[in-house]
Amino acid sequence: MGMTIAEKIIALAAGVKEVKPGDIHTVALDRMMSNDGTTHLTVDMYYDKLKHPRIADTRKMVFVVDHNVPADSPKTAAAQKKMRDFAREHGIDFYEGEGVCHQIMMERYVCPGELIFGADSHTCTYGALGAFGTGVGCTDLLYGMVTGTSWVLVPETVKFELTGSLPQGVYPRDLMLTIIGHIGANGCNYQVMEFCGDGAKRLSVNDRMVLCNLAVEAGAKTAIFEADEVALKYLESRGRKPKAVFSSDADASYAGSYTFDLSKIKPVTARPDFVDDVVGTEEVCGIRIDEAFLGSCNNGRIDDLRVGAAILNGRKVAGHVRFLVVPASQEVYRQALAEGLIDIFMAGGAIVMNPNCSVCWGSCQGVIGENEVLISTGTRNFKGRAGHPSSRVYLGSAATVTASAIKGEICMADML
Amino acid sequence: MEQFSGKVWVLGDDIDTDIIIPTEYLALETIEDMKLFGFRPLRPELASQIGAGDIIVAGKNFGCGSSREQAPEIIKALGIACVVARSFARIFFRNSINNGLLLIEQPDLYGDIKEGDTITVTVNQSISYRGKQYPITSLPENLVEIIKAGGLVKAMRKRNGLE
Amino acid sequence: MGQTIIEKIIAHNIGRETVKPGEIVTVKVDRVMIHDIFIPFVADKFEEMGFTRLWDADKAVLVYDHLVPASQLDDTRHFRIGDEFAKKYGMKNVHRSDGICHQLMTEAGYVKPGHVVFGTDSHTTTYGCVGAFSSGIGYTEMASVLGTGTMWIRVPETIKVEINGELPPGVMSKDIILRLIGDLGADGATYRALEFSGSAVDGMTVASRMAMANMAIEAGAKCALFTPDHKTAEYCEIELDEFQKSLTGDGDALYCQTISYQAEEMVPVLACPSQVDKIRPVSELAGTVIDQVFIGSCTNGRLEDLQAAAEILKGKRVSPFVKLIVTPASRKVYQEAVACGAISIIAEAGAIITHPGCGLCCGRAGGILSDGERVVATNNRNFLGRMGTSKVEIFLASPMTAAVCALAGKITHA
Repeated sequence: MGMTIAEKIIALAAGVKEVKPGDIHTVALDRMMSNDGTTHLTVDMYYDKLKHPRIADTRKMVFVVDHNVPADSPKTAAAQKKMRDFAREHGIDFYEGEGVCHQIMMERYVCPGELIFGADSHTCTYGALGAFGTGVGCTDLLYGMVTGTSWVLVPETVKFELTGSLPQGVYPRDLMLTIIGHIGANGCNYQVMEFCGDGAKRLSVNDRMVLCNLAVEAGAKTAIFEADEVALKYLESRGRKPKAVFSSDADASYAGSYTFDLSKIKPVTARPDFVDDVVGTEEVCGIRIDEAFLGSCNNGRIDDLRVGAAILNGRKVAGHVRFLVVPASQEVYRQALAEGLIDIFMAGGAIVMNPNCSVCWGSCQGVIGENEVLISTGTRNFKGRAGHPSSRVYLGSAATVTASAIKGEICMADML
Repeated sequence: MEQFSGKVWVLGDDIDTDIIIPTEYLALETIEDMKLFGFRPLRPELASQIGAGDIIVAGKNFGCGSSREQAPEIIKALGIACVVARSFARIFFRNSINNGLLLIEQPDLYGDIKEGDTITVTVNQSISYRGKQYPITSLPENLVEIIKAGGLVKAMRKRNGLE
Repeated sequence: MGQTIIEKIIAHNIGRETVKPGEIVTVKVDRVMIHDIFIPFVADKFEEMGFTRLWDADKAVLVYDHLVPASQLDDTRHFRIGDEFAKKYGMKNVHRSDGICHQLMTEAGYVKPGHVVFGTDSHTTTYGCVGAFSSGIGYTEMASVLGTGTMWIRVPETIKVEINGELPPGVMSKDIILRLIGDLGADGATYRALEFSGSAVDGMTVASRMAMANMAIEAGAKCALFTPDHKTAEYCEIELDEFQKSLTGDGDALYCQTISYQAEEMVPVLACPSQVDKIRPVSELAGTVIDQVFIGSCTNGRLEDLQAAAEILKGKRVSPFVKLIVTPASRKVYQEAVACGAISIIAEAGAIITHPGCGLCCGRAGGILSDGERVVATNNRNFLGRMGTSKVEIFLASPMTAAVCALAGKITHA
């Protein structure tokens, strides 16, 4: 029986020839990532609950402070200090203010064929480089850190065949929101979303990140692309080599399959309060907004900033709107500076912040107030996610978000 | 001549407005919400210990720092009858007058006073403590007018024909 | 009898030849500044007082800066109330995310030499850098000014501060004002005007004068004054008229105190925890390990400050496990810093660069710290608890000193 990419990665990490969905295996983890959402809890448990605290291999650990940067309270600062001191003491790679964890992992660490745990639900992003990345809690992270291993229940794989190309003005974000809207928030519960087809091959690594990043919003354990020439070229440009390059066997077994024709995708928006409540953007045009957000691990890369800047160039953000633009990493920020994008955002009246989770995390920067409305390129729009429980969050593409910031109400770029 | 007595709380020199009310509480909606955070960085329990009619005696430059008017408002809301200090910062002084918080400049009391003791204030005349008299000077005429009116808001309401 | 600068401004404002310290007079206000933190209270008191219109909507400026970007839910309430007030009373001068109030008031041309200006913030003394009489007031006072356009003041005495000579390399105007505050004490200039003059002052940019005027309140001063010169004229984009040109202290003016400094004797200094007047030379604290550096604020967030920091940071990296947070003072400063390459250099060094605003200085967000942490900051206050818990140590410094410390990870002489 053939295996899918995800199954092959697990088999490799488990040191066995073959795995199938439903099996439980002990795997050696290639990498672990933890951010300031929960690392302080992991550190507490490390010292309080372990008889013999030790780290299996510090070279496999990456700590990133990204959720509350710069810190907004003594409580946040204390949690980050705990994380910082631990990293320093144990020689763990530590990033603070360099950007969003998943962006840093993709820029500097992830290799095809690796099995990576991250203490953050959007760890599924790493599938864009043909790696198996999945989100875990702080306890699993602790176990992995101490032993270098964990257990994995092998998930089924669902095939998503992508054909054709996205039309002008339609973006990977519209595609993924459409997919989630179609299959539902539980659509791939505990499964792997495997993207393939000629349409998938045409997507850049950045585009693939947009898709994989949101997989968890359909309940998926992770998402994955085959590490083809596009991925290998990205890797090479950063001086890294794959651990293993896998393709799914012709006789691999899938729990289901979908086909999406990219040329038929339209601009869409997810309405409050659910990521799968996806409608054509024209249905929500005209809704007044108070804040717009361009950033996050989903849409904070150079492609997204270019889209936003091209629309904002020569125009101004509406008087009553707070338009936060937050590059996903310092590397993206520096590139945006060099391309003149930051200047366009500043000239247009945007609020440009340092790379961090910002509005998407909704707790320390750009929070929205009572009855306010936000349109965002973030990952979630659950009730109260970005601030006040009465506030409402719409999810859209960088183009829709920027156009809305200019108009002062939800609108599409071609309506300006 | 107005006269009152009160239990004394002693604070030091240069008590600044970040101590009186830290910035992180300034977006709370009302003074009532804020007052329990008064003096928190220096004496976290003080705000809940102050009783109506108590008096603060402090060293020099009381109220230095920001123009945040919440500083004198909170002191008043906590029930403080007056603040006696060796000297006051300028903006704080003005804000206190505007809110009807009585401030008294007295150079020597601070050196003698012990926390928990009682003093008696005879307004514009003297403070009496343990049998000793500490003279106090009267305020300029225009400030007396504002206090007589009951603070700046009342004075303006009167001007606009609302009182 | 000669007059000091403040006496000339007040006399001119009330239509008299001269005034004397101690006199109580009523001035006509040329401009007011209100910011986001206090607008709800100003609006409340204004309406409670029974006013139905502003004395002159064009003379009022509303700036959102302490709460940008919003870090707590309540912050957005301030924006809503501010927007409603501005709309109701016809205010057009509203800046929602353009930077710090004190930077904008002169940068955007609201304040000119000789003006009388009040603001709901203690650092309103800043505009003395262009020879205006500017001072901070509370929100009740501001409400009454908004309604009447006037305010009573007591003519202050003037302290003359002369600084002659040339500043040594590594020393900035921030070091001078810190030294002065240390010598005067936190209440040494209470109720007084600080009047600056001397060849070193003449040689300073308006930005450098701004850092000094900004901190006058930390010595308790009512205001700070600098004589408007050709640099002022260029900065304000005006030509000085006769009155503005006259704004210099007369030779026979009466000063309550004169302090003289020789610029060559100045050294880089720090204001140590937790008082602004606790001044020590940097060299005395060299080696103290730090956790964070903040370059920004209305005191030192301008282009020349960023350029000074960039020159030191160029080609180097911030010390591991140390955070360098850089917050430019205005949108315009940020753009200029991008254009001249300073932002790039600062970013390459590993700084966390945030949107223009008050940032960490006002202690709501922007780099709050925890027990046992130390920060070197270029702002104007280091009071207990200002940037986190009461066990955080804040050292105030110049941008050059701050940049050097960020690279070393400890307090270091430039």
